[in-house]
Amino acid sequence: MSMDMQAKIRAALKQHGRMSLDALTLATTADLYEAGMTSHASVNVMLALEEAFEVEFPDHLLKRSVFASIEAISQALQEIGVGKAGA
Amino acid sequence: MHVGFDMVLVNHIQASVAAFGERFLRKIYTPQELDYCGHGAALKLERLASRFAAKEAVIKALRLAEAGVRWSDIEVVKLRDGACAIACHGRVAEVVRDLGVQEISVSMSHEADYAGACVVVQCA
Repeated sequence: MSMDMQAKIRAALKQHGRMSLDALTLATTADLYEAGMTSHASVNVMLALEEAFEVEFPDHLLKRSVFASIEAISQALQEIGVGKAGA
Repeated sequence: MHVGFDMVLVNHIQASVAAFGERFLRKIYTPQELDYCGHGAALKLERLASRFAAKEAVIKALRLAEAGVRWSDIEVVKLRDGACAIACHGRVAEVVRDLGVQEISVSMSHEADYAGACVVVQCA
């Protein structure tokens, strides 16, 4: 995961995740739901990520586990082409 | 039988509408639900909130969290007698068929800051 991608994910979580822990310092593997993110907040995070990366999450990635950690979000973004050369 | 329950703060839904506007509304709700919830200044946030809670309650009752489904494939339908029912579309309808679901019942409520919904799923 590039630092730019990680920074954008953390910014989306900071603004929309409604977590009790600081998204800017959270471990990339930390459970975001354990940190207080609700399912509704995860929708906002998803919409913010779509804006930030100019993508749309396909239906098969609309899963709780996809938004469970910074690392999981990063993997999903890479799956839909974010961070790939020419994407 | 499976049960799902969810509760949301109405002002959190308001914040989503303020931040993401039509993108939030069209991602979560069907056109029919949006018609019922109103538009612009007449938008009824408590209706949006109770419907969001109902969709999450369905997701919990049917164990759809890992199924990869659209929120708009779960629709709250207002019946003529004033009661509400759940209509399933797309991938959610497929799961419902596969599980042998006979009936999905929903009850929604809102009061001041909160909106909630309870869903009961009856399987064969």
